[in-house]
Amino acid sequence: MLATLGATIIDVLPIIAVVFGFQFLVIAKRIDHLGRILAGFAMVVVGLAVFLVGLDMALFPIGEMMAFQLVAAECLPELADGQSRHWSHFYWIYLFAFAIGASATIAEPALIAVSMKAAQISGGTLDAFWLRVAVAVGVAFGITLGTWRIVTGLPLYWFVLGAYVLVILQTWFAPRTIVPLAYDSGGVTTSTITVPIIAALGVGLATAIPGRDPLLDGFGMIALACLFPIITVMGYAQIADYRQRRRAPS
Amino acid sequence: MSVPGSRDSLAAMPDSVATTNDGGRIAVRQAVVAILRQLGASLRDLLPVVLVVGFFQLVVIGRPLPAGIEPATLLLGIVLVVLGLTLFVRGLEIGLFPLGESLARELAERRSAVWLFVFAFALGFGTTIAEPALIAVAGKAARVVAEAGRLGDSPAAIAQFAWQLRIVVALSVGAAVVLGVWRILVGWPLPLMIIAGYLVVLLLTFVAPPTIVGIAYDSGGVTTSTITVPLVTALGIGLATCIRGRNPLLDGFGLIAFASVMPIIFVLVFGLLAF
Repeated sequence: MLATLGATIIDVLPIIAVVFGFQFLVIAKRIDHLGRILAGFAMVVVGLAVFLVGLDMALFPIGEMMAFQLVAAECLPELADGQSRHWSHFYWIYLFAFAIGASATIAEPALIAVSMKAAQISGGTLDAFWLRVAVAVGVAFGITLGTWRIVTGLPLYWFVLGAYVLVILQTWFAPRTIVPLAYDSGGVTTSTITVPIIAALGVGLATAIPGRDPLLDGFGMIALACLFPIITVMGYAQIADYRQRRRAPS
Repeated sequence: MSVPGSRDSLAAMPDSVATTNDGGRIAVRQAVVAILRQLGASLRDLLPVVLVVGFFQLVVIGRPLPAGIEPATLLLGIVLVVLGLTLFVRGLEIGLFPLGESLARELAERRSAVWLFVFAFALGFGTTIAEPALIAVAGKAARVVAEAGRLGDSPAAIAQFAWQLRIVVALSVGAAVVLGVWRILVGWPLPLMIIAGYLVVLLLTFVAPPTIVGIAYDSGGVTTSTITVPLVTALGIGLATCIRGRNPLLDGFGLIAFASVMPIIFVLVFGLLAF
């Protein structure tokens, strides 16, 4: 715990140096509420250390243990004589990935704030709730696809390439105002609690499935979880835009 | 005096109130309320995960936790995660965010491009080094690389790889924020630049060692999280508001998008050099 605390002081030091350095050298103004701000930085250091200790005790083990248990023989259908494992046998891990992606995203406070702002700019074309659903479905689909990729062992860049092509095509056709928000929605949804669980899930899965290598196959789920919300958010904006235009002439 | 634009109700309170004895008690009570509210938010973050994991463990797997996993350790770990995150986020809200946001606004208003770029880089770098999700994923990546026999098994080598990876990602986010600020200043279209970034990623994917590709792609997603997003967005919106002809909503966002493409490029290059 003390070692972690020492490490987190170093982690937080650069940003402290940046804000105080600029405050004194460039802005050259006294800082209001200095005591409170210093207390805030102390809380950041301690909180980060406590979180990192808990991360190793709970979040990583949870991700790994779910991966191992859900692809263990007891959770898979019985094999007939001579039959070998097919990717469709691993349905529980796909379901788990989808459930954890969707449920963790839909309640994410950062997302609630962003979607309300986006609904406002759209002037009533977009609905904050459905926007959140679009992001949650995107994240869930991305993670599920990530588990499927690990099970099948297909190369990650196929999926990323496919997603990039979709994003580029949609950027051309989607309403212009939604594009930057859609790009950012991918980044904001990956919360500090879900990211470690997903990372451990991927590495655990690549360790548990025969023939997969944790280093080659275990990563990539977070990347897919960030890409697919861009697609679903632009897709939702396109559908909303299309319906709006069809209604307008009549 | 109040800190402008702070989302913290305490900071908006006049000094005279906070210094009197009675005001001190009010301030303490407000601080406790704010911490409790943040605790609720952290719990709400965790709740869906606990529900989904619990459901799969009890209903689908239908047996107690596997050997090697102590329920007490797991529970204590979850408590620490919630407490740690609560302290961390609340500390950001009263310390770093008001200071960083007012700095971002002030530097955006001054027309000194040099300081703006230096600040943009330093902000991206500093926030990313302290990003908890990146610490977690870099640690995981280093352990997996070590288990694959690429680093040796010494904890020092593992820690060093994780640290190098975080430095590379932090440098890339610094560069991304500089690029994003440059884009807002000159008004280049965001989609074209993102597409160009994607092309570089794809080209590098084919020449980089396959072992780094997954880690590189994932590092794009973890950088934009708890600390980086609010401060970088504040800088972008502040800039877009100050410059005539820029729409804060169109131009202010999009900095984050750069910050999730640039790390992929930097880590792929790191892989080319390191492996």
